[in-house]
Amino acid sequence: MGRYIIKKLLISIPVMFGIMLTTFFLLNVIPGDPIALMMKDHISVDVVARVRAQMHLDDPVFIRFFRFLGGALHGDFGISYKLNRPVSYLLATAFPNTLALALSAALVSWIIGIPAGILSAVKRYSLVDNFFMGFSVLGVSMPVFWTGLLFQYIFSLKLHLLPVAGFKGPLYLIMPAIVLGWSSAGTIARLTRSSLLEVMRNDYIRTARAKGLREIAVVVRHALKNSMLPVVTVMALQVSGLLSGAVITESVFGIPGVGRIAVNAIQNRDMPLLQGSVVLTTFLVIIGNLTADIVYSWLDPRIRYGNPEGKK
Amino acid sequence: MSDLTLGPEVAQTLPEPVWKEIVAAFARNRLAVVGLGILLIVAFVALAAPLLAPYDPYKVKLGEQFLNPSWNHPIGTDMFGRDVFSRILYGTRISLLIGLVPTLISMTIGVILGLVSGYFGRRVDFLIMMLADMVLSFPSLLLAMIVMYTLGASLLNIFIALSAVGWAGTARVVRAQTLALKNKEFIEASRAIGTKDIAIMLKHILPNCLPQLLVLFTLNIPDSILSEASLSFLGIGAQPPAASWGLMVAGGREFLFNAPWVAIAPGIAILITVLAFNFLGDGLRDALDPYLKS
Repeated sequence: MGRYIIKKLLISIPVMFGIMLTTFFLLNVIPGDPIALMMKDHISVDVVARVRAQMHLDDPVFIRFFRFLGGALHGDFGISYKLNRPVSYLLATAFPNTLALALSAALVSWIIGIPAGILSAVKRYSLVDNFFMGFSVLGVSMPVFWTGLLFQYIFSLKLHLLPVAGFKGPLYLIMPAIVLGWSSAGTIARLTRSSLLEVMRNDYIRTARAKGLREIAVVVRHALKNSMLPVVTVMALQVSGLLSGAVITESVFGIPGVGRIAVNAIQNRDMPLLQGSVVLTTFLVIIGNLTADIVYSWLDPRIRYGNPEGKK
Repeated sequence: MSDLTLGPEVAQTLPEPVWKEIVAAFARNRLAVVGLGILLIVAFVALAAPLLAPYDPYKVKLGEQFLNPSWNHPIGTDMFGRDVFSRILYGTRISLLIGLVPTLISMTIGVILGLVSGYFGRRVDFLIMMLADMVLSFPSLLLAMIVMYTLGASLLNIFIALSAVGWAGTARVVRAQTLALKNKEFIEASRAIGTKDIAIMLKHILPNCLPQLLVLFTLNIPDSILSEASLSFLGIGAQPPAASWGLMVAGGREFLFNAPWVAIAPGIAILITVLAFNFLGDGLRDALDPYLKS
């Protein structure tokens, strides 16, 4: 177990390095002078040159990369061009909001998705099944930004039940969490359903039924546990989808989170801020993937020893 | 995309009645058939948009802003007095192109890398899979966003961004399939008579990946469509006055209270198109299910 975890950890180091390399080069190859852009026309050429030197922008790109890398390891991502504050400070202020949004959305997706999947599997091909599967495919197919606007229109503008946008308390989190959670709920419900159906075909389920257990006991005590394996993995892999979705949800509902920072940074051409938010987000995704791997191998020891997908 | 014939190579490896079975299984799935039907309509609308649209989608008419839906303007007009219905019809063009072209490009990249990775193994495999892990660690929207930052916001750049982003999943699927196949007897036999590696990959391995690829293709298309819509909504995709559905939703956002149709209607168009692709993809997967596992 320990060895497996260490191996997975070691693999994610070059991946993280590669991500930083990619991000850095993608964001730093753009022609054009960020300083000139930042200071507009009313600044003399000398000042631009001095600020450039101050920010080490005239150094060779590789040196700049390693300076960025070194800084990043200490949690230092430079100073925002636009807001003139440390990127790490801005991200640290925004991150709890994103975390609150993502966690509550994840919660929504589990609370809706897992029971919906179980009911669909148990009542296969029934009206209930059709309803929940329709609900799931709808969740996967609706553009998050549009669902957000629709909710705002119905629940805030028409029914006056919830605040339209902003972030001043738990009440403000309800709509965004449901909007963002719905899309994940669809995936989880479909997976729970197919996984449970797969498990229900096993012999030990037939045995459980044969010894006279009630159907509910068969499902809850025997089938559910084994069918939750892929679902648990997907929960950890959800991080990526939730953070992607958070970018949009935060913009729609005006939540000052990391995703909104990234969008604003693009619009303001604020490279360090964008760079920092990308690195932070991908770091979280890697941790999510790692958690998925570890949880999976802990639940299913075959993974640790075997060679499930021909992976090395 | 809706064509069920997978090419002559596969038809040779599978006996004729199998194809009839697959088509029959597909036809039994009502939702999949509905999805296919919707997509045919959407494709027709995209081709015939100039003939079908009652108004010029770009014509600004000040004084006719925010007209309520009526016989003259089935979905009303927007903040520039443009006919929303005509703009939605033209929007099919962007969405279908974005759905098809970048998906095709990124999957081609994925197929090549997956074949090479699985077939040659060792260091090449390690490198390519590391690259794939890396790409998959970026939330896809975020990676597309940085590419857009570098290239600048435009419709053409979305094509590039989405093509560059989406290959990793395909590469993994093709690699797994290649690994499963490369030591089978018919491949060894082919190698024994001196067939070149590239010919083995293209003639023997690739055709056996086609069922997976077809399903993956139909299910990747809606992702591309949603990505374009999201990027355009955020202002880093298609630029005004393009008739992009995501952009139209963004434009109507401020007027949600007084003229909800401007923002809501294009979203319904996205929803229907994406839903149809998902139905089609699910139907294909179910129909091809016996052939999806190696």
